[in-house]
Amino acid sequence: MWNDLKKAPLTAWFGIVTIAFYIVLIIFADVLAPFDETSIVGRKFEPWGAEFLLGTDNLGRDMLSRLIYGARNTVSIALVTTMITFALGVFMGLMAATLGGWLDQLISRLVDVLMSIPMLIFALLLLTIFGTNVVSLVLVIAILDSTRVFRLARAVAMDVIVMDFFEAAQLRGEGLLWQIRREILPNVMPPLIAEFGLRFCFVFLVISALSFLGLGIQPPTADWGSMVRDNATLITFGEVTPLLPAAAIAWLTIAVNFVVDWKLHQASGLKS
Amino acid sequence: MSDILLDIKGLKVEGKSADTWQQIINGVDLTLNRGEVIGLIGESGAGKSTLGLAAMGYAHDGCRISGGSVNFDGIDLLNLSSAQSRGLRGKRIAYVAQSAAASFNPAHRIIDQYTEGPVVHKVKGRTEAKKEAEVLFEKLQLPNPHTIGFRYPHQVSGGQLQRAMTVMAMSCKPDLIIFDEPTTALDVTTQIEVLSAIRNIVDEFNTAAIYITHDLAVVAQMADRIKILLKGDQVEEAPTAEMLDAPQEEYTKSLWAVRSLKSPIKPAPAKGDVPLIQVQGVTAAYGKVPVLHDVSFDIHKGRTVAVVGESGSGKSTAARVIAGLLPPSEGQVLIGGEAFPTHFKQRSKAQLQQVQMIYQMADTALNPKQKISEIIGRPAEYYLDLKGKAARERVRDLLFQIELEPDQFIDRYPSELSGGQKQRIGIARALAAEPSFIICDEVTSALDQLVAEGILRLLQKLQGDLDLTYMFITHDLATVRAIADDVIVMKDGALVEMGSREDIFAPPHPDYTELLLSSVPQMDPNWLTTVLNGRAQER
Amino acid sequence: MIALIQLILSRVALGLLTLLIVSAVIFLSVELLPGDLAQEILGQRATEESVAAMRRDLGLDRPLIERYVSWLGGALRGDFGVSLANGRAIQDLIGERFINTLLLAAYTASIAVPVAISLGLAAALYRNSIFDRMVNVTTLITISFPEFFVGYILILFLSSKLGWFPGISNIRGDVGFFEFLYKTFLPALTLTLVITAHMMRMTRAAIINLLARPYIEMADLKGMPRRRIILKHALPNALAPIINVIALNMAYLITGVVLVEVVFVYPGLGQLLVDSVSKRDVTVVQAACLIFASVYIILNLTADVLSIVTNPRLMHKK
Repeated sequence: MWNDLKKAPLTAWFGIVTIAFYIVLIIFADVLAPFDETSIVGRKFEPWGAEFLLGTDNLGRDMLSRLIYGARNTVSIALVTTMITFALGVFMGLMAATLGGWLDQLISRLVDVLMSIPMLIFALLLLTIFGTNVVSLVLVIAILDSTRVFRLARAVAMDVIVMDFFEAAQLRGEGLLWQIRREILPNVMPPLIAEFGLRFCFVFLVISALSFLGLGIQPPTADWGSMVRDNATLITFGEVTPLLPAAAIAWLTIAVNFVVDWKLHQASGLKS
Repeated sequence: MSDILLDIKGLKVEGKSADTWQQIINGVDLTLNRGEVIGLIGESGAGKSTLGLAAMGYAHDGCRISGGSVNFDGIDLLNLSSAQSRGLRGKRIAYVAQSAAASFNPAHRIIDQYTEGPVVHKVKGRTEAKKEAEVLFEKLQLPNPHTIGFRYPHQVSGGQLQRAMTVMAMSCKPDLIIFDEPTTALDVTTQIEVLSAIRNIVDEFNTAAIYITHDLAVVAQMADRIKILLKGDQVEEAPTAEMLDAPQEEYTKSLWAVRSLKSPIKPAPAKGDVPLIQVQGVTAAYGKVPVLHDVSFDIHKGRTVAVVGESGSGKSTAARVIAGLLPPSEGQVLIGGEAFPTHFKQRSKAQLQQVQMIYQMADTALNPKQKISEIIGRPAEYYLDLKGKAARERVRDLLFQIELEPDQFIDRYPSELSGGQKQRIGIARALAAEPSFIICDEVTSALDQLVAEGILRLLQKLQGDLDLTYMFITHDLATVRAIADDVIVMKDGALVEMGSREDIFAPPHPDYTELLLSSVPQMDPNWLTTVLNGRAQER
Repeated sequence: MIALIQLILSRVALGLLTLLIVSAVIFLSVELLPGDLAQEILGQRATEESVAAMRRDLGLDRPLIERYVSWLGGALRGDFGVSLANGRAIQDLIGERFINTLLLAAYTASIAVPVAISLGLAAALYRNSIFDRMVNVTTLITISFPEFFVGYILILFLSSKLGWFPGISNIRGDVGFFEFLYKTFLPALTLTLVITAHMMRMTRAAIINLLARPYIEMADLKGMPRRRIILKHALPNALAPIINVIALNMAYLITGVVLVEVVFVYPGLGQLLVDSVSKRDVTVVQAACLIFASVYIILNLTADVLSIVTNPRLMHKK
C-alpha cells in the first residue's frame, strides 16, 4: 500500500490529502466552527473581516461555520445515499447474474425502463410526489442511481460466471451463497470499488444540484448546494463568497475523481 | 547486387511491463538470401513474432528496438525517416498476420484493401491491380475469384480470408514476406489448403519469406532453413533437412523427441463388462442450433478415449452432455450403469463427485483470487469432509502427486505459476474429488509442446496409479497417438468412426478420417508435396 | 438489406414500447401520492363533499386505465390538461418554453459536439503526450464542477466584473438571431464546458480502443500514411461509437439544461419544471417529465439506428 502511494502521481496525492482534510472537517466540525450552525450572529451579508472571517450570509449567519457544518451534512448524506445505492445495486446485480432466467430478465427490463428517463428529471417527479425531505431525497436518489450500479455489478459478475473456474464450482455442487462469496465477490471487488468513487461523485453532485434548486436538503440545515442558492444575489455585485460552497463541492469531487482515476489507471496497467 | 536480402545483426528488442523495460530479444542475428524461406521456431515467449516484425524495422506498441542493426537490401531500416520506412512496408516487405479475420478492416471490401497498397505506393493503377488480384484469387483456388473481392471480410470464411491475406501481401510483389503463424488458428483440413497456397505463391514469385510458427512439421514443409529461438536467444540454425535429421542442441533434441511419446497398448476390455460411461442416442442443441445428432458410444473403465474432430464437430458438446451442463433433447447417459439426471443441478453430491473436468485454458480454470490450498482443498473438504489439518495434508499429497513441491506451492496464487503448473493444479483439483471419470477438454492445446508432453505423461502415470478413466477431447492427432486407447472421430455433430487406436490409425478409413489423418503435417519435408500430388491424382 | 430493415424496425418498435411504458410510469407515479390529487389540491382540511366534487371535476372517479388513455391521447395532441396551481392550460405554459429550451440545447450542441469530438480525437491520437495529460486533468476537473458553479463563475467574471455578457438571459419579447446568441451566450457556454469534458473523455476512450485493433496495425504494416490510416481505416469504424458518445451526452445536456436555466433565469421548460416541483403542481411536472423523457428516448433511438446503419458488419449481412 505504502509502495503504491510513493509511486502515485501528484494528482492522486492532491486527492488523498484533500479527502483527509474533509474527513478532519467532518469529524471536528463542532470544534473547528467558530459559531453555531444555525444561529443568527450578525447583520445580513457582512463582508469578510476579523469577526466573521468569510462574512455572513443572507440571514446573518456565519459563513465559515456554515461551510464547516455543510461538510458534515452534505458529504454524509451523499455518502449514506451512495452506500444504499451500492448495497441495492450490487445485491440485485449479483442475484440477476447468478440466478439468471426470468428473474434476471425481470430486473434487467425494469432497470432499462428506469434508465430511459433522465435521472434528475425522474428524481424531480418523485420528489414532487413524496415531498422534499432528506429521507425521500436519499431513497429516491439511491434507488434511481442503483440502476447504474446494477448494470455494472451484473456485467462484471457475468464476466466471472463465464469463466471455467465458476463452472467448476457449480459442477462441484456449491451453493449460491458460496458461489457469490468465494468465486464472484473477490473478483469483482476492484472495479466495484472504483465505481463507488465515481458514484459518490455523481450522487454528491445530484444532491447538491437538488439542494441548489431548493428541492434537496432543507433549511436551516447548513448545506453547500442551498448555501449557493441563498447567497446567489451577491454574485451580481462581483462577490466571490457565494461561490465558496460550490468550490467546496467541486474540490472534493475533483479529489475523489483523481484518486479513482489513479486506481483505474493502476488496474489497467496491471492487466497488460 | 549481392545475394543477401536481409541482414540482422545483434538485434535487441525491449518491451515495457509494469513501467520497466524488459528484454524480449537479446542480440539475435539473422541473414536471408533472395528467394529463400527461413523458418522461425520457438515456444511462447521465444520472441519469434517480435523478431519477424523487427525485420520490417517495426515494433509493437509498448516495445522498442534497443540495439543492433537491420539491413534490408542495402538500406539501414533502423535509421529511416517515418516516410521512408512507410515507403518500404507493404511495397517491398509485406506481412501476413495470424488472424486474418481481425486484420482485415471490417469497413472495406477485400478488393479495396488489396488495391490500396499498389495505388498508395504508386506501383500500379487500381484497374490493373484489380485484374491481378483476380488472377491471384484464382491461383489460390478461392471460390468465385472474380466476385469474392467484392465481399466484406466478415462475409468470407476463416481459411479463405487467410488465403486472401496472402494474396494481399503479394499485391506489390514484395521481396520479402513475414508470415506470422498464418495457420495456427485454422483446422487441419483448412490448414493444408492455406499452406499449399502460401508455398505456391512464394515459389512462383521467388519471394523471400520469414515463416514464424511453433509447429515443427509445418515449418519443415515451408522453410529452406530453420532457426530455433528460446526466450529471446538463438538456440541453433541449420538447413531444414539437416536440422530435422541431426539437431545439435539438447533443447532442439527435446523438441524433436516430444513427438515420439506413445502409450503402451492395453488389452481390450472383457466382453460383458458394463462400460463406465454409456452415451445412448444423444441429440442435443444450443437453443435452436442443433449440435449433436443421435450420438452413442461407450467408455470402459481404466481406459483413455480420445474424441477427435474439428471445430464445430460437437466433441466438446458431448462432454458437456455427460457432465450435465447441457441436457440432451433425446437419449440418455448412464454412468456406472446408472442413469444420471440430465442436468447437473439435479445430481446428488455423490453423482457429481464421479465426473470431474480439466479445462483447456488453465488461466480461466483457476480462480485468481484463491490460493492453491483453497483451489485444491475445497473439493476435498466438500466431498470428503476433510477439515483443517487433514485437508491441508491431502492438498500436500495431491501436490506431491502432480510433481509440484508442496511447501513451495501450497500458499501461492495462480498468477504466480507458469502455464504448465497451472494445468497441473487443474488436474489436482479434479483428483481431489476422487472421481471415477475425468473429462480432459483440450488440456494440452494451449501449452507449449514440451510442457504439453509433461502433462500427458503425468496423466498417464496417474491413470496407472489411481485406475482413472479419461475422456480426452482434442483436435490434435499427435496427442491422440500419444495417449489414447480408443478413438472416436466426430464431424458436424455426428459420429464418423470409433474403435481402438490401432484400428483407427490403420487403413482402410472412411473418407473423412482419411482426409483428417492425411492433413496432419508430418516431419518429412516432402510430406506436403506428396499429399497434394496424391490428392490431385484422385481428382 | 431486408434483414437490416427488419433490425431497424425492431429497434424503432422497441423504442416506441419504451416510450409507452415510460409514459405509464410517469402517469402512475402520481397514484403513489398519499391520498389523491383532489385531496392534494384542497389540502387536509377540505370537506368530504368538496373533495368528491373536485374528484368528479378532475375525472378521478373514472377507472385508472381510462384516465391513462385519455391523458396519453391528450398528450399526443399536445393537450396536457390544466395546471393545478393557476388553472391555465399546460399547453400554453409549455409551448414557448419548450422551444426556448430546444434552442438553448441546439446552440450548446452546435458548439460542444465539434469541439469535443475534435479534441477527443486529438487526445487519442497523441496519447500520453503532454497535451493528452493536460486534457485528462482539465476534463477531470471540469466534470467535477457542479453546473451551477460553472455558471456562477462565468457570471462573476464575464458579467459582473467585465460586463461583457448579460448575467440574466432575458429573451422575452422579440429578439433577433444575433441578439439571442449574445443574450444566451453564458448559459450555452456553461453547458458546453460541462458537456465537452464528458464527451471528450468518451471520444478519447472510444478512439483508443479502436486504434488498438489489429487491422489498424495491419494498415501501418502495409505502409499506409498516418493520415490515411486515420481517415480510411479508423474513421469508418469510429462512427458508431462516436454517435453513441454524442447521444449519451445529450442526456447530460437534458439534465444540465434544468440547472442552467435556473441559474440564468432563462424562460425554458427546465425552469418551469423546477418551479412546478416547488409548488407541487403535479400535472405540470408530469407533462414536463414526459416531454424531457420523450426527447431523451428519441435521441437514444436515433443514435441506435444510426450506429446500426454505420456499422459495416451489420450493413453487409452474410
